[in-house]
Amino acid sequence: MNIHEYQAKRLLQEYGVPVPRGYAATSTREVETAISHLGDDMIVVKAQIHAGGRGKGTFTDGYKGGVKVVKGREAALDAANHMLDNTLVTAQTGPEGRKVQTLYITEACDIAHEYYLAVVLDRETAQTMVIASTEGGVDIETVAEETPEKLIRVAISPTMGLRHYHCRRVAFALGFEGEQVKQFARILTGLYKMYWDKNAMLVEVNPLVKTTQGQIVALDAKVSFDGNSIFQHPEIQQLRDLNEEDPKEIEASKHNLAYIALDGDIACMVNGAGLAMATMDIIQSFGGSPANFLDVGGGANEAQVTAAFKIILSDPNVKGILVNIFGGIMKCDVIARGIVAAAKNVDITVPLVVRLEGTNVEAGKEILRESGVNLTPADSLVQAAEIIVEQVKNAD
Amino acid sequence: MSILVNKDTRLVVQGITGKTGTFHTQQCVEYGTNVVAGVTPGKGGQVWEDKVPVCNTVEEAVKEHGANVSVIYVPPPFAADSILEAIDANIPLVICITEGVPVRDMAEVRRRLYFHNTNTRLIGPNCPGIITPGECKIGIMPGYIHKPGRVGVVSRSGTLTYEAVWQLTQKGHGQSTCIGIGGDPINGTSQTDAIRMFNEDPDTDAIIMIGEIGGNAEEEACAYIKEHVKKPVAGFIAGASAPKGRTMGHAGAIVSASGAGTAEAKFAAMEDAGVSIARNPSEIADALLRIYKG
Repeated sequence: MNIHEYQAKRLLQEYGVPVPRGYAATSTREVETAISHLGDDMIVVKAQIHAGGRGKGTFTDGYKGGVKVVKGREAALDAANHMLDNTLVTAQTGPEGRKVQTLYITEACDIAHEYYLAVVLDRETAQTMVIASTEGGVDIETVAEETPEKLIRVAISPTMGLRHYHCRRVAFALGFEGEQVKQFARILTGLYKMYWDKNAMLVEVNPLVKTTQGQIVALDAKVSFDGNSIFQHPEIQQLRDLNEEDPKEIEASKHNLAYIALDGDIACMVNGAGLAMATMDIIQSFGGSPANFLDVGGGANEAQVTAAFKIILSDPNVKGILVNIFGGIMKCDVIARGIVAAAKNVDITVPLVVRLEGTNVEAGKEILRESGVNLTPADSLVQAAEIIVEQVKNAD
Repeated sequence: MSILVNKDTRLVVQGITGKTGTFHTQQCVEYGTNVVAGVTPGKGGQVWEDKVPVCNTVEEAVKEHGANVSVIYVPPPFAADSILEAIDANIPLVICITEGVPVRDMAEVRRRLYFHNTNTRLIGPNCPGIITPGECKIGIMPGYIHKPGRVGVVSRSGTLTYEAVWQLTQKGHGQSTCIGIGGDPINGTSQTDAIRMFNEDPDTDAIIMIGEIGGNAEEEACAYIKEHVKKPVAGFIAGASAPKGRTMGHAGAIVSASGAGTAEAKFAAMEDAGVSIARNPSEIADALLRIYKG
């Protein structure tokens, strides 16, 4: 689960990490209040969306930049008015962009140097990794690729935790001296503690800056949490912003369905995550384009299949549906009855191809054929993919 | 013969009295698995379904009933605790079926497994389990699709494994052992671990590896195959069409925003290691049978 920058910075502050003074605003009125707190000097206006590359993004009306550093109240208000309720397209949002519903208005600071600092769970070593670099403010993946020697990586054992020497090691490697080593150690300790307490997968500060006055400050923050641990953290659950999620995905999560909206026109419904991905792959390999990922789980019942059909069909781009179920412990005839009942419950107006495999597959296909539901039973996954891609093409 | 489990396996089921535990234990008992005990704290002394004694602790199941493999159907918040309990009871093989275990819990479990002189192998979490056809089924896979034979199967995905196994069985090729290693980012047994065991097993003649996008488990396995494995290996990777930065159902199935962990990179690693590649999931058995006549 991801949260906004302003939410991440509030958390950082709770853990003693210095951040520039700032206020979140969702209306012109709140923007005015925020600006009045900040005075008439340099002000930063930042669009709050769950996607990177905001600074270099462009709004759909042509306004450039989702992060603006401006001088004075008037200019700040002007920038805020351009961004609020406008749609920002960045390298990470896809062409449809994201509607900006919240702004973060902060004081500016005089930057002497920008660093990168992150605490992240490294899946290969199953340890926490502190990653730091003197090359901050840029894409860290580029640094990793072009100048890997500039990346500092320190592994932290989950049973030992972060120690002072870890902090000193990173601080000296970044070139900090004297008082700044202590400042940096406090910051890294705070980041690590927050990462640990809240079951985060990533706490990233890019850039971490040294100001011309010698202070170290977190200028941006990105935090994502382990979805499997959210049940332990109601305070983090409250930070979830449903505006950032596809309504179909929100609906699916209510029915315990793993659904991800994609931009194609062939919907799929599959049991098992691996098979669901493989089904998308095969649609694509026949020249079709999957409209979604959908895993209805091992024991897909009629109620879930009905809910799944409704969610799939609420996507206006969908021109055909491919159902691919491997009947394991739940046998094919039982699944076929569920599909037929669900299809009768929901008005399906697009071509529907069903491929069943596993035990009692013949009985299952018989039920499909005699159901009176307008669907095509397929004998294999390859055939199913071919048929649905063809039918959708012909419908155009 | 086979790897890890066989007719001598003495299974303890942690969470035997829960709904999931009960359902799948019934299936395993029907298949012929020797379930010697169950564990549900507080229900020690009861007898599950008039068949299996229930203990309060795993230690008791080992001492009183000689359990040597454990399977875990405990809800996510308590799953890591159950794994650690089984490790402390010196059970050599622990299989965790539970989906949704907090990632940090798994980081701690891994630490315990690798750095404290344990003799335990963990399979999972978030996996279908392990089966040696005709001898022992542990987990949630449908038993009847399998057939005893000489092909070893290892996979990160449940139903995709069933697809591959079903294809093999339909074509007359049985399996030595099938292992689901699970779809989580941090697990107990890797693709490489499983392939190493199959490679060393005299009764496995060929290997199928089914992977997914995310992480580098398949790349690592391919490096091992290239160096050490002479047996024919076929492989498939799910997720070639998945978008970047989205978790595809399995917590570990994600191509990072920077593009690490793609299907393309994994297929390339397989190619380099001489693995016979299935480009679509219907052709996994065919990909093996191109290089293995059985």
